[in-house]
Amino acid sequence: MTSAKILDVRGLSCPEPAMLTREALLSLGKGTLIVLSDSATSCHNIERTGKLAGWKAEVADEDDHSYRITLTK
Amino acid sequence: MQSVSKFLTSRWGPILTGIVIGILAPLLVKFGNPGNMGICVACFSRDIAGALGFHRAATVQYIRPEIIGFVFGSLAAALLFREFKPRGGSSPLIRFLLGMFAIIGALVFLGCPWRAYLRLSGGDWNAIPGILGLFAGIGLGILFLKRGFSLGRSRAASPAAGWVMPAFALLLLILLVTAPLLGRDAEGNPVGPIFFSEKGPGSQHASLLLALGVGLVVGFLAQRSRFCTVGALRDVVLLRDGHLFYGVLALVLTAFVTNLALGQFNPGFEAQPVAHTNALWNFGGMVLAGLAFTLAGGCPGRQVFLSGEGDADATLFVFGMIAGAGVAHTFSLAASPAGPGANSAAAVIAGLVILTILGLTMREKASA
Repeated sequence: MTSAKILDVRGLSCPEPAMLTREALLSLGKGTLIVLSDSATSCHNIERTGKLAGWKAEVADEDDHSYRITLTK
Repeated sequence: MQSVSKFLTSRWGPILTGIVIGILAPLLVKFGNPGNMGICVACFSRDIAGALGFHRAATVQYIRPEIIGFVFGSLAAALLFREFKPRGGSSPLIRFLLGMFAIIGALVFLGCPWRAYLRLSGGDWNAIPGILGLFAGIGLGILFLKRGFSLGRSRAASPAAGWVMPAFALLLLILLVTAPLLGRDAEGNPVGPIFFSEKGPGSQHASLLLALGVGLVVGFLAQRSRFCTVGALRDVVLLRDGHLFYGVLALVLTAFVTNLALGQFNPGFEAQPVAHTNALWNFGGMVLAGLAFTLAGGCPGRQVFLSGEGDADATLFVFGMIAGAGVAHTFSLAASPAGPGANSAAAVIAGLVILTILGLTMREKASA
């Protein structure tokens, strides 16, 4: 198992979180990408962007209003 | 309640929001708003600026309750679903400037993206060059985003920062209802603000309760569904994601049908309400507005909704729009139904040059 790449998009405005996620997914091709987000809107966008690109998305809602989205393919 | 939220954040959320706006906006026209101006965030910000005395264009002064409703509707949704989060610090000064240039461009066209689509659905074909300009502006913004443009990260802020816009909206509501004469003229007689137009678009409005009610409903729905008239096209191009685009499509189609049903569909170029026929500057104005909205991360409606959920940066963008409206009408940058203003062309060109410099130079360091 290879280590997962981590992308931190906390604090960035639309469309940067989803755009950076898409760029990272296209460059990875397959594997695991963990995205850290601090906004519900971005979290939804990242999840949808991942699914549209054919990746599985799992969202963990952290205690401090942040989200950890794990994308795998 | 969670199932309602899940529905509104699904792909059906923007579509439902678009349908609701497509019904309610033409109804506001039926009940008193200016033609094809059921909702126009730019025009309404301009009217608010006028009512507060930031410009003296006597025909466009009124505190529009729809905007107040947008803020409170968004605030209510954000509080209810635990998304009210005071935050700020992402290039606030630049966001203020983007708000100014966005409304300067929009007032050359005479409408924000919301009104561009509502004008189209009412048969005002002058909206077509405006919408093409909007697409071009969004396209330019996407080029800058792809080259790495970023306004940088926001951070959690103190609660006070998040409550500035709701407090401002409450103040506007009080000023709307009481219309106090706080100023004094040379002879010491009480005089505005608040100014309310006695003729022209500013004098045309639906009743306070109806306009406020529509604003609340739209604000609530749009906060949940993240409805955005600029993100719609941006996400199709940038992310291959039609999620928001279907919302705008639903808005245009529903507003078209509602306008037909109400006898408000009048196709043509000439004699359209609060519109001019200069295609070049209808296009040019919206290139500037579209670019400014894209660099700021969303359309003017979205900025108002974000300001209602505690985003101090979006609040500054909205304040920039109000200040920009004052500048636009004081320096003859805004168009009128007679055509572009004396300095509209210069303002659009200067705005495009400045935003291009910002687009090429503002960067966030790689974070991953």
